[in-house]
Amino acid sequence: MVRTYVLLAWTWTRAAAAYPVSFAIMTVLGFLVAGLDVAAILVIFSNTTTLAGFTRDQVLFLYGTSNVAFALCDMLVSNLDRISLHVKSGTFDTMLIRPVSTWIQTATDRFLITRIGRVLQALLVLGYAVTALDLPWSRLWMVPVMIGCGFVIFSALWTLAGALQFVLTDAPEVSSAFTYGSGQLTQYPFAIYGREVVRGVTYVLPLAFVNWQPGLYVLGLPDPFGTPEFMRFLGPVAALVLALLAGLAWRQGIRRYRSTGS
Amino acid sequence: MIELDRAGRSFKVKRNVVHAVHDLSFTVAPGEFVGYLGPNGAGKSTTIKMLCGILTPTSGTVRVAGLDPSRKRTVVARRIGVVFGQRTTLWWDLPLKDSFELIRLLYKVDRKDFRVRLDELVETLDLSTFMKTPVRQLSLGQRMRGDLTAALLHAPEVLVLDEPTIGLDVVSKNSIRAFLQRVNAERGTTVLLTTHDLGDIERLCKRVMVIDHGRMQFDGTLDELMAGESSLEEVVTRLYTAGAQ
Repeated sequence: MVRTYVLLAWTWTRAAAAYPVSFAIMTVLGFLVAGLDVAAILVIFSNTTTLAGFTRDQVLFLYGTSNVAFALCDMLVSNLDRISLHVKSGTFDTMLIRPVSTWIQTATDRFLITRIGRVLQALLVLGYAVTALDLPWSRLWMVPVMIGCGFVIFSALWTLAGALQFVLTDAPEVSSAFTYGSGQLTQYPFAIYGREVVRGVTYVLPLAFVNWQPGLYVLGLPDPFGTPEFMRFLGPVAALVLALLAGLAWRQGIRRYRSTGS
Repeated sequence: MIELDRAGRSFKVKRNVVHAVHDLSFTVAPGEFVGYLGPNGAGKSTTIKMLCGILTPTSGTVRVAGLDPSRKRTVVARRIGVVFGQRTTLWWDLPLKDSFELIRLLYKVDRKDFRVRLDELVETLDLSTFMKTPVRQLSLGQRMRGDLTAALLHAPEVLVLDEPTIGLDVVSKNSIRAFLQRVNAERGTTVLLTTHDLGDIERLCKRVMVIDHGRMQFDGTLDELMAGESSLEEVVTRLYTAGAQ
């Protein structure tokens, strides 16, 4: 599966190199845009010292963990939302005749290596936050786990959004609201949102397990909403459940595919 | 090799249900070369799409090489070659050569076998002059030959062709017809051919199936279809208009 992924991603990278100007512009833009989010956080903290009880470095830690997972997803899976184009134009047919998973083919469709700029930027922020906060090694093991779970949760959201396109062929924006919206939402400590919102993104759409719950554990803070301690460790469970649901939805979507007249 | 048993595919269009293919049954034996005819919208493409697992039948069963294409799609994909005349399955921005190499890797074709097959196809279909050209820059005739090559590199047991000669000039058409005949005769590949070009049928197919409104109207040899008449065009016209009434 990984072999096929790499193969297709490499193919698209070579194909993109056929348009060198756009390739270069995308790389530069990727770097610039990625910096804007951090700038926003720094602007906030030039006016205040804490945000809902969190210091600047703690916020940067939460931003970093969520964003590494999100940027990885943006690079490796986000092309799934192009599926509406393929469904509408019928080019999805071509993917279905290949002996390769349609999920991999869609995820690698027009793969852009230039998006790695965002991943690097997020890693940089995370690295800074971890050093500045001087976090103990005994809790840092959670960081790779939460990034892994975050990656799976975001990927599952993209897959669900993609599967939805088989039914709502004309509404890619609905999906973007889910995927990019979730990415934005998890950039800040959940303490700034209302109790109802946090409940929703804990028990319905399990975004709290991307960085909020496990992040509290790493930072050694109690949950301002008072959830029990064991919730900090439920990330893998949430990721697994969501991934299974997404897989089922994708399968159903394909069975509902209608192709186009030709 | 191909078996359909009361296969059907319906689509919901607004509140109505349209049966693109209705209770269709037929079998194609290994090594047969079958022409599949029908007026526009008769359900030919829908049938073909069910054979390659693109569409899931809404009733009945479809089997290709003994397997259900909608459930075992990737396994069937390795044993079937598909060409859509109206749409390329190649990678638009990649040179033809790279597309073929990618197919080798995706279908996990042995390097030696691939080399032998590719060399043979490049020679018979005369591809050598545009192997390094990106697919988007190929002429229709060149692209078609490229698509045919791509469909045969993994040595499929079944070759399904949806209007492979559409829009081609006489010379290109003839070279593709001669090639298909060879593939069928020499490799024993089972071929199912959809076309509106009756010349394709006369030149290539011993057996012809005609469908209309998603139902089988005729299934027999070309000679039986002609029934002593001289013009295939007239016979087919009569069949198509009879179906419309």
